Amino acid sequence: MEKVRVVHYLNQFFGQIGGEDRAGIIPQMKEGPVGVGREIQNESKGRFEIVRTIICGDNYAAEHLEEVEPLILKWVDEIRPDLFWAGPAFAAGRYGIACGTMCKAVQQKLGIPVITAMHPTNPGVEAARKEMYIIETGDSIRDMKRVIPKMVALAQKILDKASIGMPEQEGYLPRGIRVNVRAEKRGSKRAVEMLLKKLRGEPFVTELPIPHFDRVAPAPPIADLSKAVIALVTEGGIVPKGNPDRIEAHNASKYCKYFIGDLNDLTGEAFQTAHGGYDPVYANDDPDRVLPLDAARLLEERGLFAKLYDYYYVTVGNVTAVASAARYGHEIGELLLKDGVQGVILTST
Amino acid sequence: MVKEIERVGLPAVQICAIVPIAVTVGANRIIRAIAIPHPTGDPTVGRREEFEIRENLLKKALDALCSKIEKQTVFK
Repeated sequence: MEKVRVVHYLNQFFGQIGGEDRAGIIPQMKEGPVGVGREIQNESKGRFEIVRTIICGDNYAAEHLEEVEPLILKWVDEIRPDLFWAGPAFAAGRYGIACGTMCKAVQQKLGIPVITAMHPTNPGVEAARKEMYIIETGDSIRDMKRVIPKMVALAQKILDKASIGMPEQEGYLPRGIRVNVRAEKRGSKRAVEMLLKKLRGEPFVTELPIPHFDRVAPAPPIADLSKAVIALVTEGGIVPKGNPDRIEAHNASKYCKYFIGDLNDLTGEAFQTAHGGYDPVYANDDPDRVLPLDAARLLEERGLFAKLYDYYYVTVGNVTAVASAARYGHEIGELLLKDGVQGVILTST
Repeated sequence: MVKEIERVGLPAVQICAIVPIAVTVGANRIIRAIAIPHPTGDPTVGRREEFEIRENLLKKALDALCSKIEKQTVFK
């Protein structure tokens, strides 16, 4: 069987360069497989050969997508592989965005087939799923062993131009594409059966999931800023030194409220970050880099707005479940509204 | 989170480094931050300049809160 030449995209962690402290590294390439690349080769029984691995830091990729994309296209084009493979990215948001964007570019601009894998809540999914096959993963590396065979199997089908089954058969995330299939029973029968199951409280599978576009109409703007109370909120995990309420570094189970009414500046002596998803050096050195209290005080003194709310709300936005984040946001919003706040500045990392 | 805060009727602006994520999750008012580990700071410049960068970001954020918008908006 002919070898399939593959270019593989990885972040700094899976590329075995380092953790969050190395998330800023610029794209680099190595000839041959790195880390999970060897597993991919083994799983394909030697059919896939990773000829080049491209590695880029998560922060660098997410912050410089426009610059990284052409470079990666160039490095892929030099090889002209049969397949471009990115990830898996699991629930890592920055990595997922990079994988989705790079796959899309390689597929559209170079005409090379692509494959990647992510957790359904990864923001990279929305960016790319209509254009490509994204194998569904769990939220962490623990799912690697299950995912690699699925990716290899689907990639082989794509390359062999074999017919590709429905999302649940192949394990990819639905792309929103309709296909005609012959059903055993006519539509009216199926609909009535489904309705009866629903009435009896039995499980049933819809044939047409209703797309859920959760958009919120913009709130009315602040009418008179000079009379407004403004609040600071952050998902960046800034907490009093020692993290007294023990906000988790990852998938936070709570949000907290801390008094800043007597402070003009946040210092590394009194505050720190509890966030486990970014390099904490800069935030611990000067927490205003994540929760901009010092500059907010200055603008308050100058009268740009009437008052800075005496507290700030904080949680850790790191692989935090969307449902939790939505609940925290809703509760924080209600509390701030009740306390007479008119506008919110939220920072996220 | 920022979307849910807007849902209760409070204008809320998100300062974040990865604009595509903010757009995907449905933030209405978005401002591009300096970088992921330091959205409102820049350790590569002097302290004074860094403070000015932060001040300017906050001014932009206040402008965003006072702007009437019809749809998701990334403020430059």
